[in-house]
Amino acid sequence: MRALLALLALVLAVAAPAAQAAQAPRASLPDIEDEVMCLECRTPLNVSTSDVADQQRAFISELIDQGRTKAEIKAALVREYGPRVLGEPEEKGFGLAAWIVPILVALGALALVIVTARRWRREPQPAGAEAAAAPAEGGRELDPEDARRLDAELAAYDR
Amino acid sequence: MRPRAYWPVTLAAALLVGLLAYGLTTTGTDTTLDAAVAKGERPSPPVGSALPRLGEDGTGSLADYKGKVVLVNIWASWCDPCVDELPLVQKTHEMMEAKGGTVVGIDVKENTGAALDAVDQFGLTYPNLRDRDGDFVRKWGQTGYPENFVIDRDGRIAAVRRFPITQKWVDETLAPILDEEA
Repeated sequence: MRALLALLALVLAVAAPAAQAAQAPRASLPDIEDEVMCLECRTPLNVSTSDVADQQRAFISELIDQGRTKAEIKAALVREYGPRVLGEPEEKGFGLAAWIVPILVALGALALVIVTARRWRREPQPAGAEAAAAPAEGGRELDPEDARRLDAELAAYDR
Repeated sequence: MRPRAYWPVTLAAALLVGLLAYGLTTTGTDTTLDAAVAKGERPSPPVGSALPRLGEDGTGSLADYKGKVVLVNIWASWCDPCVDELPLVQKTHEMMEAKGGTVVGIDVKENTGAALDAVDQFGLTYPNLRDRDGDFVRKWGQTGYPENFVIDRDGRIAAVRRFPITQKWVDETLAPILDEEA
């Protein structure tokens, strides 16, 4: 029984990493290119045609050929080119604005919604306003002249 | 919109305009060095952090060459004019080495393997540092590739050349600086 269990453990130990490797999708250049910046052109790599972009692509392709995963390739890119290669704003200086401004805008919008909603709730609707705002059943009657013109336009369209 | 609602909107707009102005003024090209050198001054090099050495462990900085005349060559192997310039840069280094000077290459925005291939191909014997993302050279007002700076024996920038070097420039600009006493 012990021998059987040991054999089972051995099989699992060998099979598990192999199964994990089989599950991990193979990295591809198009999948990585759109998440990487061309450092010189400051555009995503998949739309960059410069020499430096070509060299970055060659570097990625080489790592793909070596069987590296997407995460490993991105880590290698950061090691070689620095964190800016992933296109994320810096967490210092002017780059901080890219992190802070969206949060401030979202908070401002939220505050505006809350203030406006509270104001609307406080202000009573004028009497009869709802009735006046609702359209009459069946819609508004067309002016006879407008109806005549509409018929003429539709007839011309049908021809 | 009610008048009392104007001030937050105005404040937000002013903040956005201020942010834009700050971004434009801080990300533009710095021409301070060029202006100073053109006036005959010798400004100090921008203070930069130590950079990784190309093909070696550890880091290095220009301060390591204090007392020597240094030709700082900003280059990358993906830049054709930089590659065209490399044989003359190596020749210049050999000339400078005999007179107590050196070239220091700053390899910008490329992976180690590609840079080392160029070093091997052109037999470069001078030290190279790696500026992975161009942050270091940006402080030097870098606008293109290659660019060259001469640092005198007192550690001050004596010449700026934002193009490939030529033999004429080496003879007329670099050589006199190399002959200066500290």
